[in-house]
Amino acid sequence: MFRRRSPVRAPVSFLFEGKEILAEQGDSVAAALLAAGVSVFRHTAVSGAARAPFCMIGNCFECLVEIDGETASQSCLATVREGMKVHRQRCAHSAEPND
Amino acid sequence: MKHYDVAVIGGGLLGSAFAYGLSAQGAGVALLDEGDQAIRTARGNFGLVWVQGKGQGMPQYARWSRKSADTWTPFSEQLIEETGTDPGYHQPGGFCVSLDEAEFSSNLELLKQLREEAGDQGYAYEVVDRAALGQYLPEVGPTVPGATYCPYDGHANPLRLLRALHEGFTRNGGAYVPSAKVNKIEPLSAGGFEIFSDGGYRAGCEKLVIAAGHGSVDLGRMLGMEVPIFPVQGQIVVTERAPATMGYPTNYVRQTDEGNFLLGPSARDVGFNDDTQTATLQGITRQCLSAFPQLKRLRIQRTWAALRIMTSDGFPVYQQSAAYPDAFSFSCHSGVTLAAVHATEIPRWVLSGRIPSEYHCFHPARFDV
Repeated sequence: MFRRRSPVRAPVSFLFEGKEILAEQGDSVAAALLAAGVSVFRHTAVSGAARAPFCMIGNCFECLVEIDGETASQSCLATVREGMKVHRQRCAHSAEPND
Repeated sequence: MKHYDVAVIGGGLLGSAFAYGLSAQGAGVALLDEGDQAIRTARGNFGLVWVQGKGQGMPQYARWSRKSADTWTPFSEQLIEETGTDPGYHQPGGFCVSLDEAEFSSNLELLKQLREEAGDQGYAYEVVDRAALGQYLPEVGPTVPGATYCPYDGHANPLRLLRALHEGFTRNGGAYVPSAKVNKIEPLSAGGFEIFSDGGYRAGCEKLVIAAGHGSVDLGRMLGMEVPIFPVQGQIVVTERAPATMGYPTNYVRQTDEGNFLLGPSARDVGFNDDTQTATLQGITRQCLSAFPQLKRLRIQRTWAALRIMTSDGFPVYQQSAAYPDAFSFSCHSGVTLAAVHATEIPRWVLSGRIPSEYHCFHPARFDV
């Protein structure tokens, strides 16, 4: 759905659901995931509907993911770091931690 | 200049309910809304439709709240049918949870008095001890001594309610006028009023309803009505969304139909300051974790503060101008609880030109010494 306007010059590598993703240094996690073709960031707690970023400026809380074990993180406000582990947000009740 | 049957000043939960109800009863209505620079009390509600514990010293307020709760189901169904917007009303009954024995016994005493004051009007509630409470609220904490349950209580989504009222009003042919802060009201010699607003909007009307929240104080004075209200700040903490585990709203916590837990309440006297304060948010979180310790698994996503409309006895101020009987002013907190009667009963009062005598107890003359 999205494509980068210019090729990645200063690559940062991180994992999403165990799969390597190459991002540009300074990308937000949300932008990097969208650029990599990820369209489902989480499922809603009540109906299970698929969700992806909406506002990209920290307001809407649609883009929540788990970053290095920190649940419910706003991926549009987090910057990519080499080696970071990102997972789809799991609903707050699933007791099993990712990884 | 347009001329309306009724002009309603204030696009919050009260004004929108009146405007919706008036237009549904066939009146040509303009709804004048100041804009987002106004103190938007209707954007900060907790969302309870609550009867339990209300009305001590004024049984008519308990009956009024009860009447609204009884009217909420058909009111909500009508809004859904007309607008397709669901205000999210659920009435499973509500629990008033006590954090310690002292709070429990004073709550029991309060409900006993309210039942006695209600007389033959009926005031149902049940006392639920700690052992039984777990069946209804499985996540209730071990230190909670018990709760009271009232079948009339429920909750709704205040923002969707506001939107549905606006949609319903517009659908009924009502004229919504944004960015219209009223700065002058001129009574006309032939009857009716002319209204002037910042930005140049002018309109004429036969009847006038002031429902402008904190703005009603200045507007009321233009027509000789004193509106004795003041702001009391409340703050709310919102958690991330989680699967539905709380089947009943409570006095401290409710889970919305979208999965968030809303935590409250608080009350601060800080004038018109609507900033949140860390110590208050900590106090709210502490009391709610005491009632429901498992909430600690969830992250906090939002907090906000809003400014309640308060009176010195906590009850509404409803009045008709003595000097200009076609003008009315209505102010209260609990705009969600009372939305159903505000949309159905009060429009009849305005159109018939009089507030029924059983509601004169809400006139501010009660504060005169």
